[in-house]
Amino acid sequence: MSPRPGFVLDVDRSTPPTLFWHGENYRLERLPVGSRVLYPPEPVAALTDPDGAVRQALVEPLGDSPPLPELLHAGMRLTICFDDISLPLPPMRRPDNRQRVIEAVLELAAEAGVDDVVLIAALALHRRMTDDELRHALGDRVFNAFAPNGLLLQHDAEDPSALVHVGTTDAGEDVEINKRAAESDLIVYVNINLVAMDGGWKSTATGLASYKSLRHHHNVRTMQHSKSFMDQHRSELHSSNWRMGKVIRDAGVKIFQIETTLNSDTFPSQFAFLQKREWEWSAKDRAAFLASSKALDRTPSRVARSIFHSIKAPHAMTSVQAGEVEAVHQRTTEKVYEQQLVPVEGQTDIVTMGLPYICPYNVNSVMNPILVACLGLGYFFNLYRGKPVVREGGVAILSHPTPWEFNPVHHPSYIDFFEQVLAETTDPLEIEAKFEEDFATDPWYIHLYRTSYAYHGVHPFYMWYWCAHALQHLGGVIIVGGDPKSVRRLGFKSASTLVDALEMASDIVGRSPTITHLHCPPLMIADVT
Amino acid sequence: MKVNLVPGYLRRRSFPLASPPWPGGVERPPVERRTGVDFDTGWARRWGVRLARAVVLDGVSRPLVKAVAQPTIDGLDRIEGLDGPVIFAANHASHVDTPLMLTSLPERFRHRTAVAAGADYFFDKRWKGVLWAFAINAIPIERVKVSLKSTRLAERLLHDGWSLVIFPEGGRSPDGWGQSHRAGAAFLAVRSSLPVVPVHLEGTRRILAKGRTGLNLSTTHVTFGSPIRPRPDEDTRQVAARIERAIEILADEQATDWWAAQRRASTGKTPSLTGPSSGAWQRTWALGEGRRRTSPNRPAWPKL
Repeated sequence: MSPRPGFVLDVDRSTPPTLFWHGENYRLERLPVGSRVLYPPEPVAALTDPDGAVRQALVEPLGDSPPLPELLHAGMRLTICFDDISLPLPPMRRPDNRQRVIEAVLELAAEAGVDDVVLIAALALHRRMTDDELRHALGDRVFNAFAPNGLLLQHDAEDPSALVHVGTTDAGEDVEINKRAAESDLIVYVNINLVAMDGGWKSTATGLASYKSLRHHHNVRTMQHSKSFMDQHRSELHSSNWRMGKVIRDAGVKIFQIETTLNSDTFPSQFAFLQKREWEWSAKDRAAFLASSKALDRTPSRVARSIFHSIKAPHAMTSVQAGEVEAVHQRTTEKVYEQQLVPVEGQTDIVTMGLPYICPYNVNSVMNPILVACLGLGYFFNLYRGKPVVREGGVAILSHPTPWEFNPVHHPSYIDFFEQVLAETTDPLEIEAKFEEDFATDPWYIHLYRTSYAYHGVHPFYMWYWCAHALQHLGGVIIVGGDPKSVRRLGFKSASTLVDALEMASDIVGRSPTITHLHCPPLMIADVT
Repeated sequence: MKVNLVPGYLRRRSFPLASPPWPGGVERPPVERRTGVDFDTGWARRWGVRLARAVVLDGVSRPLVKAVAQPTIDGLDRIEGLDGPVIFAANHASHVDTPLMLTSLPERFRHRTAVAAGADYFFDKRWKGVLWAFAINAIPIERVKVSLKSTRLAERLLHDGWSLVIFPEGGRSPDGWGQSHRAGAAFLAVRSSLPVVPVHLEGTRRILAKGRTGLNLSTTHVTFGSPIRPRPDEDTRQVAARIERAIEILADEQATDWWAAQRRASTGKTPSLTGPSSGAWQRTWALGEGRRRTSPNRPAWPKL
């Protein structure tokens, strides 16, 4: 039976309460009659022979690219770059798509007699991956062959000797990327495209770039003009990356792009209820919900976090495309839309979201308040094509405990951003103008980024800019069940219950608002008309 | 004074303690059937269950059948050289037929044989499906309409080395006369190129006829025929006709003797098991003629 498409439920009196994620727990909330709930499509069928599909994609590339075997020859410099720990979410069960693809590429490289091969994790300004994380993504065979010989590298955006200025775009944007990659005879970039935003020229132009290059598109203006990131043709973020991609291509850098898509099978069977529609919950699902939510209520947050971060998603590969960057990305985006698009008619006054325990920047880490804001207003708000789910001047209600808690190893600059910057202003433009430069060039943050496992000093700014479109669009943001101090610091309002939040929202949107709830994750993209 | 013994929190159960209500605007999907042909019997062929069934079959069913039906088994020499999988096709007059068949099979077949059972009767409720799948290794067969699912299951089992007991009449005899054969056994034989062993069961109706509830002790005869192998030029209908005729000859052989049955068969005068196509009373009347209706243990003449 083919998977069911996404679904918009009109809540009536017989509708059971709706599941809301709430950090490292979840709740059942009763939405007012007349509300809408957007349910994501069911997972599409996985490839029956993913390894075969990868091999086929490599020899039958898209666009004007020759087959990979024709691009490989003895004596060449080959650099294989791959997406970092931020993808996919949650991390997928072994074998990871990166392992499957990279093994297939390396087999061809070995056949062609290619000796000079280096693997680079395309971190951009993200934290470095630990050996365990690299091993999980690449598999034992690849890790054991490359890591001990110093051939498995992690991109360092602050090492001047490892960067090269490729050129400048027509819009005056600097393109500075990883030197080893740029000077290779061929870059093979291996993607996992969890959402439509990932991949394309963004892989190389962002993943392998320096701060000098990234600041041209990771800024408030770009974010406010990306409506949304999930729609490449209406995203200034993508336009900038595509301009940079043209510079890279014109500079003679050869890229063989490989993109893979996943289905939305996000949680293992014991948490199956998290991706089911509530009225279809079986007795087992209800028992699992009750047992886990009650147990999590009584579990220290540190333990609950480690439980959730140990979850490996049963994601399965649904497609693999290889060849010329834009041709590949076009096909990939179609595949992502096929899995995630949900047609929605009309905007709403209030959008509600339950935020889970994970976002791209806290894998194996703490979801600090800035990341809560980024996940809700940067990611979930932007899960649309056409128009935002919520109307201009509407209200977003997020559900998350929003603890005043940070991981000092992963997010050192976040702490200072939260304590110092947000205490002064929450206006993205003002923050960008007054504070960004200091944080971005702070030698201590740079040292931690390069030698420890810290996100770059400027990263919390980018998280805040990520919210800029939503902050500009919305009339108010309310967090249900959040730590009031943290929520106030973010510049949002805090509510104890959903009912209170809806009451507070009525001050902004009137007494009879329309309400829409995003039943995420699994991820979806609302195609709003 | 009214006393409520059930605590309030149990009386007022709501989701998620109780099943969720169904939203009014959502169309209910067709209920996934887990009974009938959709009943999954795979578990009944796992090693643990097979072992338990073997214990029950040899330890309980065989002594019980021996006590109740006192079977005489003939014709085993005809299948001496035969090894599974095969299709056993027998006439059907009573619920006793299945345990009698299973307990009469040579040991090499007995514990690796499934029984084709009417999905609408034996698998209409889950508990019945569980009971029959365990007790006799029954598999659900659609007998009202053609079902690809039933056929595929049976074919898969044969392919996996399981033998199959099929009653081609599709159900127990309502009046003592046989019913015309359906083509299921022949179809499977042609499709899988496996031999069909015709079997004639005599006397089981005296123990438990259709519509009766009490058991009567009686004697029974089980006669195995020679394996029928579909020829390349034969279609399902022709094989079905051969099976039906073979069982009629076995019935005749049991009622008379082998030589007489052979002679009648060679001249095309083997009595039909389906009886005359006349009125009900005539069929009942005809049934009493030429057939052993009494137990040999019962005196032929009353003691005066």
